[in-house]
Amino acid sequence: MTTSTLAAADTAPMIRLRGVSKWYGDFQVLKKIDFEVARGERVVICGPSGSGKSTLIRCINRLEDHRDGEILVNGVTLDHSMRSVAAVRQDVGMVFQQFNLFPHLTVLQNLMIAPMKIKGVSKDEAEATAREYLLRVRIGEQAHKYPGELSGGQQQRVAIARALCMKPTAMLFDEPTSALDPEMIKEVLDVIVELAGQGMTMVCVTHEMAFARTVADRILFMDKGEIVEEAPPEAFFTNPRNERTKAFLGQILHR
Amino acid sequence: MDKIVENYFNLQVMVEAFPTVLGGFGLTVLVSILVIILGIGVGLGFAVLHCMNSRALSAAIVVYVDLFRTLPQLVVIIFVYFGLPYAGLALSPFATTVVALALVLSAFATEIFHSAIRAVPRGQWEASEALGFTYFRALFLIVLPQAIRLAIPLLTNRAIAISKGTALGTAVALPETLGQAQSVMAIVANPSPLTLAAAFYLTFFIPLVIASRWVERKFSPRSR
Ligand SMILES: Nc1ncnc2c1ncn2[C@@H]1O[C@H](COP(=O)(O)OP(=O)(O)O)[C@@H](O)[C@H]1O
Ligand SMILES: [Mg+2]
Repeated sequence: MTTSTLAAADTAPMIRLRGVSKWYGDFQVLKKIDFEVARGERVVICGPSGSGKSTLIRCINRLEDHRDGEILVNGVTLDHSMRSVAAVRQDVGMVFQQFNLFPHLTVLQNLMIAPMKIKGVSKDEAEATAREYLLRVRIGEQAHKYPGELSGGQQQRVAIARALCMKPTAMLFDEPTSALDPEMIKEVLDVIVELAGQGMTMVCVTHEMAFARTVADRILFMDKGEIVEEAPPEAFFTNPRNERTKAFLGQILHR
Repeated sequence: MDKIVENYFNLQVMVEAFPTVLGGFGLTVLVSILVIILGIGVGLGFAVLHCMNSRALSAAIVVYVDLFRTLPQLVVIIFVYFGLPYAGLALSPFATTVVALALVLSAFATEIFHSAIRAVPRGQWEASEALGFTYFRALFLIVLPQAIRLAIPLLTNRAIAISKGTALGTAVALPETLGQAQSVMAIVANPSPLTLAAAFYLTFFIPLVIASRWVERKFSPRSR
């Protein structure tokens, strides 16, 4: 790579969607979505259930395929080729609502398997990295337990560490605290806030508005497959322009 | 009471029958072990092929599974023994029993493994793919190890049930436990050798059942 293309890669958006549409049968889940995330930017997506938030972020690492439009991730255009999908998945980590840890592997093995099998990292190196990230998500002592022996909050922190062990350049979070008991939400959000502070590019679907306010550079509101509002947190909360955003915020903030 | 002891627990008859029945018992164990290894191995292979997104292959596997799950074991044994020679493949009674019972067990095992693979939550596939595993690696490294754990209880039950079918080998003159006991019984005109055969079955199948419970416990999904 020459210096000029490197420089271009640095200023180009980490994630860019242009006119992305997707259908489930006759039902259009995504309607011509235009959406960019700059390097190091933190974007929060909110919106009513069924509005297409999960579908949107799952298109970014091709857990779902889109029909129209273009998706570019870290300079790679997503298409049907295995190579583009593999490249994008190496760059982008994902954390799910239901954690999805591998129940037959210990915490440490959960963190080591992908770096070893996919990147060909040596066992010692994979273990060193895994232990480092376990400390960062504050579960250093649980390395040899199985996921089923951990609380939901601990499992989700392991899931975050597992994604980080692949050294992604961006992270996707799909309602990472929605399946958690209230008293465990904070321990997970704290880890994500810390990650944001270290400059990780992230897209997070969440309804934790206090978290969104501290962490987000930009908040997107989705409804019926469209992005209907897009603003920095202050403007988003104090001066929403769209009626649907106002109604949604009214519901979610005054509960 | 004396009649019962005389007929079913006649020590002298049992002692005489012992070497013959023991020989049959060795064969029963050998056939059972081969059937379990072949049946489960082939079943696992077919279940994996079933996941390869090939319509033709999957359709063929479904026909195979339904055929051998439905036919009585004795019919399969007789077909293999008396039918295959017409196709130029004559098998010994031993090979016949092993092949026929392995066919049946493999059909059940294919179905059990395949259901178990499908019972692994979708989130496991998604997490694997999001980390960058290809479909095959996700299947072999993440999904299959979990599916095998789910399959073990069903599989051990079925394997034991089908291993007991070794007694059907008598139909093609396989000198296994029960057949040997019956031939001695016919000579001495006393059914005590059957008791001996029953004792042998117990010495084999009780440890097998215990071993299967142990395997089940060892591999059961861990939880809080
Ligand atoms: N596999 C699918 N098949 C059909 N419809 C689906 C599928 N997945 C999601 N949907 C529908 O698409 C819409 C958007 O889903 P989703 O992206 O999960 O919404 P959100 O995450 O905002 O709650 C919903 O109406 C949902 O019912
Ligand atoms: Mg969702």
